[in-house]
Amino acid sequence: MAAPFDLNNDGVVVIIGSGAGGGTLGNELAQKGIDVVILEAGGRHEYEDFINDEWDSFAQLAWKDKRIASGDWRVARDFPNLPAWIVKAVGGSTVHWAGASLRFQEHEFKTLTTYGKLDDANLLDWPITLADLEPYYARAEDKMGVTRTNGIPGLPGNNNFKVLKAGADKLGYKECHTGRMAINSEERDGRMACQQTGFCFQGCKWGAKWSTLYTEIPKGEATGHLEVRPNSMAVKINHDDSGKVTGVVYADKDGKLQEQKARIVAVAGNSIESPRLLLNSNSSKFPDGLANSSGQVGRNYMRHTTGSVYAIFDKPVHMYRGTTMAGIVRDEARHDPSRGFVGGYELETLSLGLPFMAAFLDPGAWGRSFTTALDHYDHMAGLWIVGEDMPREDNRITLHAEEKDEHGMPIADVHFDDHANDTAMRNHAYKQSMALYDAVGATRSFPTPPYPSTHNLGTNRMSEKPEDGVVNKHGQTHDIKNLFVSDGSQFTSGGAENPTLTIVSLAIRQAEFIAGEMAAKNI
Amino acid sequence: MVTIYDGKPGPSRREILKRGGIGALLVITGGAVISPQHAWGIEPLALKPQTMATLIQMARDIYPHDQLADKFYAIAVKTHDEQAAKDPAYKELIENGIADLDRKAGENGYSGLGWEDERVAVLKQIDTTPFFQTIRGGLVVGLYNQKEIWPVFGYEGESYSKGGYIERGFDDIEWL
Repeated sequence: MAAPFDLNNDGVVVIIGSGAGGGTLGNELAQKGIDVVILEAGGRHEYEDFINDEWDSFAQLAWKDKRIASGDWRVARDFPNLPAWIVKAVGGSTVHWAGASLRFQEHEFKTLTTYGKLDDANLLDWPITLADLEPYYARAEDKMGVTRTNGIPGLPGNNNFKVLKAGADKLGYKECHTGRMAINSEERDGRMACQQTGFCFQGCKWGAKWSTLYTEIPKGEATGHLEVRPNSMAVKINHDDSGKVTGVVYADKDGKLQEQKARIVAVAGNSIESPRLLLNSNSSKFPDGLANSSGQVGRNYMRHTTGSVYAIFDKPVHMYRGTTMAGIVRDEARHDPSRGFVGGYELETLSLGLPFMAAFLDPGAWGRSFTTALDHYDHMAGLWIVGEDMPREDNRITLHAEEKDEHGMPIADVHFDDHANDTAMRNHAYKQSMALYDAVGATRSFPTPPYPSTHNLGTNRMSEKPEDGVVNKHGQTHDIKNLFVSDGSQFTSGGAENPTLTIVSLAIRQAEFIAGEMAAKNI
Repeated sequence: MVTIYDGKPGPSRREILKRGGIGALLVITGGAVISPQHAWGIEPLALKPQTMATLIQMARDIYPHDQLADKFYAIAVKTHDEQAAKDPAYKELIENGIADLDRKAGENGYSGLGWEDERVAVLKQIDTTPFFQTIRGGLVVGLYNQKEIWPVFGYEGESYSKGGYIERGFDDIEWL
């Protein structure tokens, strides 16, 4: 059924990456009868192959190829070669994600207008509004089965949620519930309901959590118009003299270079790999890389203002049982500069198993202050802070000057400095979260530093004007009509919300645009 | 191979007295480090037995959990011996690191310091060195990824084969 396409077939749409953006775009196009080849750098592991073990699962799924982290963020010190915790496998990071599916707020599409000009920030309004995206948000929520939409009930609250809720109530927060989650609270779309297993990050072994791996991709394959080619690492996008892209060079499973010809290329390799590929595709015609006339490719790297707070109680919690992120406080997501920063943040339940807690609670720490925290692991509750960070031109992905990967492609340098606004927001969130747990009787709490980035955004930003960004409001590059960006690197700004729902919505919208332009013979 | 084996009969009390103990727990005898109380031993491949014993003490001082037996720290540091057997430079890093630790600790060496605080004070003098960071970094996975210790911390590990927690207490908190 999954049609294998010939390397010389130049009528296909080639999509690089099979995650939230690429996997969704691939299926949407296939449903419209358009032939698609998805090149996926990682292997294909079906959900029964996932492993309920943090380190073993990390070895199975994570993108472990060497990267360099630089800048003043603590990740650069703690994890100098692991700036991001994302996936290299069919399904991309929708295998690993926790399922939180929130729409952006209206003002988050207009950050320059709403927040005004901020020193050392490169704020810009999106070329689309919430109203433009609302119909696509609705389709994405239906497709993904997001709880609290489409009449789908919320997930039941686990122990970690109950502690969060009790604290939120005591603090007077009004909007606290088990979230809008793309995790089935009841059987839907041929997938079963959540069994509260507690290993959302390791890939859902029940298939209860939406992932392109077992939704979009098999649905697309069933049309006969979609081929997913695993273990295929894109290294260069080729173009002709007119500047149109013509194909993608990739290393196949044996490391041999192949070229898949293409009518259209869509880049969806996450916000580190997508700009890396565009930059590495430089040529005499495009010496600074493809689609980079603005000089913005790789810039404005965002990763959300994050952090965690864990707290110990005098009685057991067992936070690791059940859906990891089914718990949210939304009251701080508003824009309210009286708090000392622009933008807002969400508080979402989070738990790590003992092995990852040891690695991430306070990386590098040792001695009794650290170990007595772990001694009370089963008495811990935890949450994750996810807030809007400021786009900055110098926070960027660049090609490393010397180091190359096994295919001879320069490795990515991921540079990030916290903006003063990020720091102020994080400190506010730490204080509120510790107060929340104090209110329920925490005996000790831990403002835990950010983990390697899971939300990588903004490095091929959308802009009205070609000089301000890389792609237009459809994700089409300003410079090259048949080259698209289809992942979170399109984001003009990051919002306070987990990005997957917005990536999926943009992909559905982009598929309509591409189909229309193909039919009109514009591309 | 470094072997860590259970059930090895410990040396006689007289032998322990004759050879001297490491703290109250570990005994060096011949080419091995023995825990007579807990009936296990370790025979290093490349490192000196004394070095191995000091490494075990050092591991406990870095990540002290009083409820964990020495055996788990021994398992956590044995990879350094395996690596030392393959790589002379690595062996030197570890042996020199321990020798330096002993020197800084005074005439009875690192393991001769009776209080954890005294040993920690010595560790703080070296905590930015590659030696210390190698040992500490290795422990993060080497110690905490041992499934046998998870129940001690109340972590239940894999749950899929048991049907998740939907019928097993995902929401059983009662004290709120």
